[in-house]
Amino acid sequence: MIRARDLTKYYGPRLAIDHLTFETRKGEIVGFLGPNGAGKTTTMRILTGYMPPSEGDAWIADYHVVDDSLEVRRRVGYLPENIALYDDMTVWDYLAFMGQLRGVPNLEQRIAEVLERVNLVDRAESFIGSLSRGMRQRVGLAQAILHQPQVLILDEPTIGLDPAQRVEVRELIREIGQEHTVMLSTHILSEAQDLCDRVLIINQGRILAEDTPEELELRLRGAQRVRLQVGGEAGAAGLQPILSRLPGVLRVEAVDDQHLEVELAPDAAPSTRPALAQAVLDAGYTLHEMCTASLSLEDIFLQLIREEAASGPAPDAAATPTANEEA
Amino acid sequence: MRAIWIIARREFRRYFTSPVGYLVLFLYLFILGLIVNNSLQQAYAFSLFQGAPPPNSDIIIGPMLTLLVFSIPALTMRLLAGEQAAGTLELLLTAPVRDWELIVGKWLGAFLFVLVLLALTLIYPLALHLLIEPGLDWGPVISGYLGLLLVSAALLALGVAISAMFRNQVAAFAVTLAVFLFLWMVSSLAGAGNPSEGVLRYLDFGNHFYNAFFRGVIDLQGIVYYLSVTAFGLLVGTVIIESRRWRG
Repeated sequence: MIRARDLTKYYGPRLAIDHLTFETRKGEIVGFLGPNGAGKTTTMRILTGYMPPSEGDAWIADYHVVDDSLEVRRRVGYLPENIALYDDMTVWDYLAFMGQLRGVPNLEQRIAEVLERVNLVDRAESFIGSLSRGMRQRVGLAQAILHQPQVLILDEPTIGLDPAQRVEVRELIREIGQEHTVMLSTHILSEAQDLCDRVLIINQGRILAEDTPEELELRLRGAQRVRLQVGGEAGAAGLQPILSRLPGVLRVEAVDDQHLEVELAPDAAPSTRPALAQAVLDAGYTLHEMCTASLSLEDIFLQLIREEAASGPAPDAAATPTANEEA
Repeated sequence: MRAIWIIARREFRRYFTSPVGYLVLFLYLFILGLIVNNSLQQAYAFSLFQGAPPPNSDIIIGPMLTLLVFSIPALTMRLLAGEQAAGTLELLLTAPVRDWELIVGKWLGAFLFVLVLLALTLIYPLALHLLIEPGLDWGPVISGYLGLLLVSAALLALGVAISAMFRNQVAAFAVTLAVFLFLWMVSSLAGAGNPSEGVLRYLDFGNHFYNAFFRGVIDLQGIVYYLSVTAFGLLVGTVIIESRRWRG
């Protein structure tokens, strides 16, 4: 459905995306995961026909994004990051305007359907300027699905929403994903895990990994980390040499006076954790808390970047079959 | 082509849902009214003491060009600069609309508004017609209004192009006005014997109006001039939007 080959974009001398190659299938929800400035928005803007790439090609439903830009734009629904809407129009008038531009048949009926879908029927006559952040986002989604596009491109669809609205929008995307191919970007790992069939991890304009969320998690679960909060006059750093000697412990790091992070070997015995606790007590400290340090997106990046650095310039073929062809 | 009409209609309506449209309409008609009133009083005074001929449509059509030069930048400043500042341009540029259709649509919307504005000013010639004996000579009125329409088309196209260059509406307004004033005064730069005199006089949009349409002459050279400027402005606007895509 979406195909990109060696997609590259320079802003002046700055390289925003660097030879991206990927493909998505029909009816798939693909997540584009990466920190701010990774190149997600740039890639999406190229795919929507907003701007041409500096090098490389991309196709949507077999139409080239530059050569057949209008055909691509007819087939894509787009929700830009922080969507900008005309505040001086009502929801209905805005959707009517966008629908007319896109030549939607039976427009009135379709607008009514879409409003129902995004749960905005009672705000149809409200001015967009008077809507809350979450409602604006839903107007944006309504606009994106109005013409029943084959491909839906959503740039940070849940950014700036409160938790309840976020759940709502995710639910909506999941529903929409049953009929459309969806590509969405996010910097929230759990969101990608929750919604996506497949995740592309992107950093500094390059794809670092491409996998299902489950496999990605498995790969990253290699090392387990435990976070300890301890009390004692000597400070947490005093425990470092003691805990390092325990079997199954790879590394101990004192975060501050009270907190330690302990990295366990992937094959550490289940008894390692009780042993840690006992060692803390035996050393004359008090143990206040012990929990699994969850892997944040940042950790995943650090790990992937470390892996990349370790594997040198050669492609890490097993992990990223399509991403690093040019590395 | 359908897209042009959709965009034009929306832009036209927007002038009536924002203060700018009403402000321009009100100020234009009000200031024109003041000027016409003043001219009438003068003409009345002269006619009492010197038996001068009654005033003609010049006192109305003369100042209308000047007022357009100051009004049109206010009408065009928002057209693309506003979309760029708000970020709404992104969705327009990802809709199945060609860049030139967007530019022409914006221009047409503004042109329709100026049509309404000019139609409303017709109350002044009608009033004058009733005031004087034996009534107004309608020839110069018709050619004058035709000239004003052509001038408006050209100035609006330049305004749209300049609006495409900016994100800031105030900057777009100031630059548009500066360009208009330059094109208005340009023939005064031409001293006698200056080799570029002919070119400078040709560029002056006031010349084509005051030397022909204003005097009741429908001048082909003037029509060609105004239509060329219109096409030039729309082309420049399109090129700017296209280049904006490349720069991202």
